[in-house]
Amino acid sequence: MTWVAIIGAGVGCYLLKLAGLSLPARVLDHPLVERVADLIPVALLAALVAVQVFAEGTRLTVDARLAGLAAALVALLLRAPFLVVVFVAAATAALLRVVFPGW
Amino acid sequence: MSDSDLRRAVVRDSLGVGIATGLYGISFGAVAAAGGLSVAQTCALSLVMFTGASQFAFVGVVATGGAPLSGALTALMLGTRNTLYGLKLAPMLGFRGWRRPLAAQVVIDESTAMSVTRETSALARTGFVTTGAAVFVLWNLFTCVGAVAGNLIGDPRTYGLDAAVGGAFLALLWPRLSEPRNRIIAVCAAAVALGAVPVTAAGVPVLVAGGVALLAGVLTRPSAPTETSG
Repeated sequence: MTWVAIIGAGVGCYLLKLAGLSLPARVLDHPLVERVADLIPVALLAALVAVQVFAEGTRLTVDARLAGLAAALVALLLRAPFLVVVFVAAATAALLRVVFPGW
Repeated sequence: MSDSDLRRAVVRDSLGVGIATGLYGISFGAVAAAGGLSVAQTCALSLVMFTGASQFAFVGVVATGGAPLSGALTALMLGTRNTLYGLKLAPMLGFRGWRRPLAAQVVIDESTAMSVTRETSALARTGFVTTGAAVFVLWNLFTCVGAVAGNLIGDPRTYGLDAAVGGAFLALLWPRLSEPRNRIIAVCAAAVALGAVPVTAAGVPVLVAGGVALLAGVLTRPSAPTETSG
């Protein structure tokens, strides 16, 4: 099932790219389409941040992941590059778990 | 600057972006392995899907126990922005015949950014092809490295890899938050997703938040200040 989803979504993502290069520009030349397409990444990424940090199955919880996110936020405010942001988030959570095992 | 100087500058900048982006394939590989995907599945995502945010989203949804179908839908929704990039790029690049299906695979954030601002079609092509090829090769290479390493280290929580995913999504979201409207959308979407966590299956909250984007797109008006929304 995971393989089907990987290949299906992968081919789907490719076709979305190919459609952009192939379709005449006027097909999607509508302000509503442009606005929604602009907002979708913002909404999905924000939701993914929230779910990744606070969800555990169908429960909401606060643990070391939140500290990792806070550290990532500080790194971003200091204009750190992507890889540093990800590393700082992981390292912060890992260190906290050394001090508070099971958190 | 002469034409060849300009071309060299574009190639240099594109390679810089390509290397920086390709390197973070290592974090995708590690996170995907930590999320329970095999090395082969992780590498297949980078090879076939090849669009970072969608790949992270797929892994994020599946890792939190969501159905693979929810992961696929989230990835596809995030992939729609590449369609808009393609529409902007097509007239500048002018690829026809066999070049078009080949070029399509590397229509991503970075190759678009490194080509849409160029003054001539030749420079746009140079930026697009150089960035696209560099990211494709390095992203896939480092995905494999990360996936193998991620499988070797044991419990990913010990290394904070579960916290790395949230950090990665925040970093992907960050450049879009400069617009005040987007900040409001982001807060609403996060709140809606969290509200949906206890009452829906894993993976669904993110899709519900996608609905926030649709609703906001329909309800908000473009920047005409004289308009009043009713």
